[in-house]
Amino acid sequence: MKKYSVFNLFTNALSYHENWQRAWRSPKPKSDYDVVIVGGGGHGLATAYYLAKVHGVTNVAVVEKGYLGGGNTARNTTIVRSNYLWDEAAALYEFALKLWEDLSQELNFNVMFSQRGVLNLGHTLQDMRDIERRVNANRLNGIDGEVLTPQQIQEIVPLLNCSPSSRYPVLGASWQPRGGTARHDAVAWGYARGADSYGVDLIQQTEVTGIRRENGAVVGVETNKGFIGARKVACVTAGNSGVVAAMAGLRLPVESRPLQALVSEPLKPCLDTVVMSNAVHGYISQSDKGDLVIGAGVDGYNGYGQRGSFNVVEHTVQAICELFPAFSRVRMNRQWGGIVDTCPDACPIISKTSVDGLFFNCGWGTGGFKATPGSGYVFADTVANNRPHPLAKPFALDRFYSGALIDEHGAAGVAH
Amino acid sequence: MLHIYCPFCREERDEEEFSYAGEAHIQRPLDPESLSDEEWGDYLFFRTNAKGIHHEMWYHIAGCRRYFNVTRDTLSYQILESYLISQQPGVRAKQTASAEQGEQPNAN
Repeated sequence: MKKYSVFNLFTNALSYHENWQRAWRSPKPKSDYDVVIVGGGGHGLATAYYLAKVHGVTNVAVVEKGYLGGGNTARNTTIVRSNYLWDEAAALYEFALKLWEDLSQELNFNVMFSQRGVLNLGHTLQDMRDIERRVNANRLNGIDGEVLTPQQIQEIVPLLNCSPSSRYPVLGASWQPRGGTARHDAVAWGYARGADSYGVDLIQQTEVTGIRRENGAVVGVETNKGFIGARKVACVTAGNSGVVAAMAGLRLPVESRPLQALVSEPLKPCLDTVVMSNAVHGYISQSDKGDLVIGAGVDGYNGYGQRGSFNVVEHTVQAICELFPAFSRVRMNRQWGGIVDTCPDACPIISKTSVDGLFFNCGWGTGGFKATPGSGYVFADTVANNRPHPLAKPFALDRFYSGALIDEHGAAGVAH
Repeated sequence: MLHIYCPFCREERDEEEFSYAGEAHIQRPLDPESLSDEEWGDYLFFRTNAKGIHHEMWYHIAGCRRYFNVTRDTLSYQILESYLISQQPGVRAKQTASAEQGEQPNAN
């Protein structure tokens, strides 16, 4: 892999940037791998990268039915934070946030991680009680957090309607300065390029149609381009996790639903932080390109169509206009939906399964993007050593039988 | 926006009048005390999450406030029937792997 550097930029400029090395190869699948990762999104590619880099497992293929990072990685609202309530979740997301902080150097790829701070607004007394409890829990876990007053919020976000007579009066907020945004595509591309440089085969346009098992252990995957042998199969397929699990005769406690987002026309810089509000179901930030990136809620019912109900978008936009009256004339450019696999406790599943050599990393629901590096790291460790990584242990499938759920509906509910 | 037929009101109404109440035909165990942890977890948390034909409960919360069942395709979002909770669905997914073949019936 040729390193990206100022020197390389200069030398390539001499040949009109026509001779850059391709970021990754497009290899033909081999007949056999140590590990096949199903799903080439951010989490899958990160898993491949850390398998190769940390564990020296390089005979790995990532099998992707479309193109790399073309699913939910391309559809989320790119918010990164770690202010989760419970110790288990806080540890996992904070681990991911720490990896984010030097990910660009790690990957030699600018993931444009911008720690611009994340505000969670409180509009009712109960919101404020929850926020204070969560911020205190965060600080006990070594995660930065503050409770802000409306005056402090107004200083940070001058456009926010903090007047007491507004429809959704702002009573306060939690503030995580280390939170922010990152460039979603760059994360997938950076991990893909890194994994490829260790010899991982990234196989696109290849859909897994079955998981072959013998004597209760996986032996490979059937694809639309033939059989690929594997001693271990790691599935990271987000909204389609239930479908992939069914191929191995398993059920998962996830339900797939569309989550929507929309972006406006590009504007001059006007919002330099991330503002989220669980109570009114909206979150908003401004991308480097200038468009307002707005996240809406999930549909109330199961669905696999990559679109969502119009009324969900309508409610979100109403709320955004109440919070930011200045945005009421902004025109929206695009709207889309991605299928998220929601878990009963709003926490992910990172787990071995009852089939030997078959692993699942799913159930990230409405907020998996922020965890991409951490998710890949702990999942790679789990797959390589055939036992859960200490941070992943509480997120195993057996919690749905033992009852040890990690209820993060408060911190994970809507805002991502 | 879904248009859902309420079998009690005998009218097709907008989805906003309804709220989703989860998968249909899940029976509460008759003898919960005798269930193993696996069976109880299965009853509480594991759903079919079908990609294709799905039987689900809806609640006409802004209307007659009664529950009924709907058969819907989760890929095309086409609603195939509404029926009473006491009834069995008239439309069913093909046996085995409706998930894998889910895309075919919706090609149009």
